[in-house]
Amino acid sequence: MANLIIDAKTCTGCESCIPTCPFGALSMKDNVAVVDEKCTFCGACVDACPVSAITLEKDEQAVTIDTSAFKDVWVFVEHERGKVSNVAFELLGQGRQLADGLGCKLCGMLLCSNEGMDAFIKEAIAYGAEKVYVTESPLLKEYRTDPYASGAVNLIRKYKPEVVLFGATTQGRDFAGTVATTLETGLTADCTGLDIDPEKKILRQTRPAFGGNIMATILDYPNYRPQMATVRPKVFPMPAKDESKKGDVIKEPLPITEEQIRTNVLEFIKGAEAVNLVDAEIIVSGGRGIGNAENFKMIRDLANVLGAAVGASRATVDAGWISYEHQVGQTGRTVRPKIYFACGISGAIQHQAGMKTSDIIVAINKDPEAPIFKVATYGIVGDIFTVVPLLTEAFKKRLGR
Amino acid sequence: MKIAVCIKQVPDTTEVKIDPETKTLVREGVASITNPFDEFAVEEALLTKEKHGGEIHVLTMGPPQAIEVLKNALAVGADKVYLVSDRAFAGADTLATAYTLAKTIEWIGGVDLVICGKQAIDGDTAQVGPGIATRLGFSQLTYVSKVREIDPASKKIVVERMLEDGKEVVQSSLPCVITVLKDINEPRLPSLIGIKRAAKAQIPTVTAKDIPVDADRIGLKGSPTWVWKIFTPESRGGGEMLKGELTEVVPLLVEKLMDSKFIK
Repeated sequence: MANLIIDAKTCTGCESCIPTCPFGALSMKDNVAVVDEKCTFCGACVDACPVSAITLEKDEQAVTIDTSAFKDVWVFVEHERGKVSNVAFELLGQGRQLADGLGCKLCGMLLCSNEGMDAFIKEAIAYGAEKVYVTESPLLKEYRTDPYASGAVNLIRKYKPEVVLFGATTQGRDFAGTVATTLETGLTADCTGLDIDPEKKILRQTRPAFGGNIMATILDYPNYRPQMATVRPKVFPMPAKDESKKGDVIKEPLPITEEQIRTNVLEFIKGAEAVNLVDAEIIVSGGRGIGNAENFKMIRDLANVLGAAVGASRATVDAGWISYEHQVGQTGRTVRPKIYFACGISGAIQHQAGMKTSDIIVAINKDPEAPIFKVATYGIVGDIFTVVPLLTEAFKKRLGR
Repeated sequence: MKIAVCIKQVPDTTEVKIDPETKTLVREGVASITNPFDEFAVEEALLTKEKHGGEIHVLTMGPPQAIEVLKNALAVGADKVYLVSDRAFAGADTLATAYTLAKTIEWIGGVDLVICGKQAIDGDTAQVGPGIATRLGFSQLTYVSKVREIDPASKKIVVERMLEDGKEVVQSSLPCVITVLKDINEPRLPSLIGIKRAAKAQIPTVTAKDIPVDADRIGLKGSPTWVWKIFTPESRGGGEMLKGELTEVVPLLVEKLMDSKFIK
């Protein structure tokens, strides 16, 4: 069992360690730091101690697997309703950097039915995959956890990739959690940064935690391979597409029958909006300042001119002015558009957790003290009922729409 | 219907602040709350029991003070609660946590439906629900926004799941793990009787000795991942406030945004 040891003789009682604990497990007793059962052995305090009084004791795990048997970086080629998700291409772009860092190949992992398969393979190669591992079956026509996980686990066990990346979408997160548990390997959720440690040649996975208040870099112990992560869409740029590229295709059959699959998709109900929040390059969001459901029209008008998706703060969803699928923030969706318009949104920390990594944030609010202005790229203090329609008109003119 | 609900005590992240001087997390005086998504999970269990009968078992894994979230669950009507707590469980990542919770659910026995919140607001992983399902060998339905029907006789459940571009209606066999969104219901407030009952309740602690766990699969030892570095994100910093008459400010903003080349 692990143990965090604070050497009472060395501890000077300086309290430097106390604020570094993300779990509030450290306190002072008789002028010496003490640790309680909230400790998760993350080690944040160890580096903070100026006199090295804190040590983290871990059971050294003997490396019992042959890590050199695991090679190549794989990207899950997620697709929905006949279209490969953009995040898969973004991951092929970043996967290239990782594969170069490791000195290995970049590969796609595709599970699909015959319908669209050739096009999906071609696209994965055009965006950088040198090889595509494919399992094709009519049972894989639409995403279902059981057959997809079964197919992926089979491919991963057989071909042993070193790294597997998935988009942190609803599909990717449902899927990766099952695959990692079946393989009993590590999975880091919703990463916003990925690189290779140049010396140890391992994957460094960086992600926000505590609603984006802290960042953590996660590593996998050498006894667990592959190293797997889900990655937030739009964090990495789309790579260039090169249709002339060639790649190998390796096929494996699906080791599961319909009788073994426990779920059945009865119906798909398309979202009311033309643009969904995850794919959107631009999002126009309305907050409490909107006042009522009807006034969302003003937000939609601006969104329409810009080809943007419509977002909302929790307050507006709770008030019933707009449906939950629009909610951005901690208890809604996490988005990362190029431009995020926050209209009449005060910008509570929970809202910021869902949109803070947008490239450009435009805040319009009548309260100059609103916290949203602290993260905004451009801020306008003013009445949204005046500013938003003026913006809509100005963009209409500028864009000739 | 025997229902298990997994809940977590989390810091109220709205109160977590960064000390501007030391750039570290200030957690002093930060309240601990039931993970918001888990309140919807408990409510969904209560609604299911009202319709189909049965019993609700609520479990949480955490340090001894996590008992508070179990009291809240008792106060709204949970039948049995369990504090899964042992130093041997500490330092668990999502793989080891899901393993421990799944083993506890197996130990409770006879569970038809497991309900979890979509994710916890401190870690935001959304991995424990699928992990529990896989360990138990149960079917999984994540991101559930509505339970349409449950038929305990034929062991079937039909739900609506939220996807990126819409919703899908999915049927699954029971036993099953569902993870729920906040859209699914409106959690009730505890009754006075419930609060009194919770205050008096003796809450059992489940340790590594009570449940048949493999010591290599729990806690830090059973966790493939570890935190190498924790740091404060770079602050975006306040940007540019566009001041002046709106007739000037609005066109200025339009030009700045057009210059970004993001508007096509």
